[in-house]
Amino acid sequence: MSTQESTTARSRGKAPAGERVADWADGRLGIYSLAKANMRKIFPDHWSFMLGEVCLYSFLIIILTGVYLTLFFHPSMNEVEYHGSYVPLQGQLMSEAYKSTLDISFDVRGGLLIRQIHHWAAIVFLAGMFVHMMRVFFTGAFRKPREINWLFGFLLFVLGMFTGFTGYSLPDDLLSGTGVRFTQGAILSVPIVGTYISMFLFGGEFPGDDMVARFYSIHILLLPGIMLGLVVAHLILVFYHKHTQFAGPGKTNKNVVGMPLLPVYMAKAGGFFFLVFGVIAILAGIATVNPIWALGPYRPDQVSTGAQPDWYMGFAEGLVRAMPGWEINFWGHTLVLGVFIPLAIFGLFLAAIALYPFIESWVTGDKREHHILDRPRNAPTRTGLGVAWVTAYMIMLIGGGNDIIATHFHLSINAVTWFVRIGFFVGPVVAFVITKRICLGLQRRDKDKVLHGREAGIIKRLPHGEFIEVHEPLSQEQLYTLTAHEQYRPAEIGPAVDDNGVERKAKGSQKLRAKLSKAYYGEGSQIPKPTVEEYKEITSGHGHH
Amino acid sequence: MFAPADKAQADETAQSLAIEEGKQLYSVGCATCHGTDGQGTTDGPSLVGVGAAAVDFQVATGRMPAQQPGAQVPKKKNIYSQAEIDQLAAYIASLGAGPSIPTEEQYGPEGADIAKGGELFRTNCAQCHNFTGKGGALTHGKFAPNLEGVSAKHIYEAMQTGPQNMPSFPDSTLTEQNKKDIIAYLDAVNGEDTVSRGGLELGGIGPVAEGLFGWIFGLGTLIAVAVWVAARTAKAKKS
Repeated sequence: MSTQESTTARSRGKAPAGERVADWADGRLGIYSLAKANMRKIFPDHWSFMLGEVCLYSFLIIILTGVYLTLFFHPSMNEVEYHGSYVPLQGQLMSEAYKSTLDISFDVRGGLLIRQIHHWAAIVFLAGMFVHMMRVFFTGAFRKPREINWLFGFLLFVLGMFTGFTGYSLPDDLLSGTGVRFTQGAILSVPIVGTYISMFLFGGEFPGDDMVARFYSIHILLLPGIMLGLVVAHLILVFYHKHTQFAGPGKTNKNVVGMPLLPVYMAKAGGFFFLVFGVIAILAGIATVNPIWALGPYRPDQVSTGAQPDWYMGFAEGLVRAMPGWEINFWGHTLVLGVFIPLAIFGLFLAAIALYPFIESWVTGDKREHHILDRPRNAPTRTGLGVAWVTAYMIMLIGGGNDIIATHFHLSINAVTWFVRIGFFVGPVVAFVITKRICLGLQRRDKDKVLHGREAGIIKRLPHGEFIEVHEPLSQEQLYTLTAHEQYRPAEIGPAVDDNGVERKAKGSQKLRAKLSKAYYGEGSQIPKPTVEEYKEITSGHGHH
Repeated sequence: MFAPADKAQADETAQSLAIEEGKQLYSVGCATCHGTDGQGTTDGPSLVGVGAAAVDFQVATGRMPAQQPGAQVPKKKNIYSQAEIDQLAAYIASLGAGPSIPTEEQYGPEGADIAKGGELFRTNCAQCHNFTGKGGALTHGKFAPNLEGVSAKHIYEAMQTGPQNMPSFPDSTLTEQNKKDIIAYLDAVNGEDTVSRGGLELGGIGPVAEGLFGWIFGLGTLIAVAVWVAARTAKAKKS
């Protein structure tokens, strides 16, 4: 604000209170220019763009309810005798952590509801991140300039998994103790450093006396702190890059068509926060989650069947359950491949999706900025790869719950495990092929619609007796939307001889890249979109059906 | 003076009559697999020494006579009356000494320590039957059944005799008092009138059910809400 303006305002009498407050704040915080630049920020409208908001809001709900829980939770493994209000555990020895969680559930006002909101919100948060990530993947929103933000989001997902895991371990109940034991086993399977890491993490032999207190610091401070920072960075980058949008008339790679942040999106987002909170609160009100009182306190000599981690770790559980128990004894050292291979696959599988944006941009050689989203059908190879990844993930979720599936569908657990073992390798391939076919089919349909119009459902009888179905031509907007996507040519290795006629040697990586590029954009991977000439020829002709 | 002798004789007669009746029932329903004298065949184990408790459990829960061979014989509708079961049990008990049918005093709730029962259950039973007896999978299609709705007597008999794939827990392993405690614990956490403190129990089988519920009803509802919110966009004013 210029000084002159404020002087003129003052000369007309006292400025309104709101303006004075704003002026006071601006003089100290310099928020005016920030607000001016961002208040009218435009966001495009699509339901799938709100998936990230579901994650953000459930994260906030987790933080708020988590703070309440810290007021009553004692992160201590001191042994105490229980004399609270849950009868089936009275007189039992347990850690203070478990006892205080029982107290939160039965003796703290609103404690059980808050605990259940916290846990349900965590389940929804991770599920939301998974779906949000898939939305970004399948629409190609991770392409330049958003690769870094994709990595931030990926890190949030992985950190969310581990924050969830450490939180689930805190009550020190029999289920979570079994989960921590499982994790310790996985750590131990790492060659050379495994035993050292385990001893360091648990402060000696498992379970020791430090586990809960250490996991508590990690769960409430370290991981959420990093996540909060990443969330802020994630949002700043969304603002900086501006939101992507689907192709349509008037939408270009250089603009954003939608509604301004203030007032429209502020109102919508604010309202949506309360809707998310409401849905999660209802969930917590009607359905129990992790009833630790039914599970009993953790004792390393006890174990129960049906011990699974929360869903987001089910993939890792499945890998270990499906893996044969291989083991190598090497110079007096045991290499537990039955656990270490799944652990390695777990890391590689996650890394694959994290690095995908860089892999795709290398293969396609596409270094341009993209702000217009792809429809998944228009990138059949990418869509196929994504579905293959999700298929492998889902098959391992089945593997993680193999016992529950066996009992509830009256199957043999061995048969379920074999299905998972074979399915992990075959399923993704089948899913890739089918998905790609479906995408190509949809592209053909789009082409057909552009050239011949929409099936009107009206059957017309011609004078000479022939029946035809009337096709209605599409509107200009629809035509544009269906043909707006770019079609790429596969990258070439370049001529075999250079300008001087000397034979040019292509590097191995270049050959590989050309092959992969052909797989992405070659003949079998996309249906050429209708050209203007084709369209004109068909629409000017007569008697087409 | 002669009355007790008469009574004893009457009891003996009643007993031998029951055995006789039981043998006839046995010949019809059981002999195909267990052999004409309970000695066992390739299709069914010997019943010598399994005791009356085993017969009462297997027949009263409908598991025996088995409908078909398989990984495990499931529970089904029982078509024998208690009197017939007692006759069958008397016949099998006559083949060799084994655990007898427990009395109400043994499996009833009086004097049971629920919390101790919980500890015993988690130490001895939860590996197969889950934390609160919801059941679990064993290898090759075998399973540990859900214990909800199983009568106290049958739970006692199952521990005593170890039916099918279950190991037996004779009194030397789990004392009468231990068994009583376990039964009382199960009634408290997995009985017909157990209150689920946190709302819908979702089967009581842990995170798999919770994850499915969270995805379908949690995220599913939120996506529906998102679609609804996105469909209601502010309309630009026409100038």
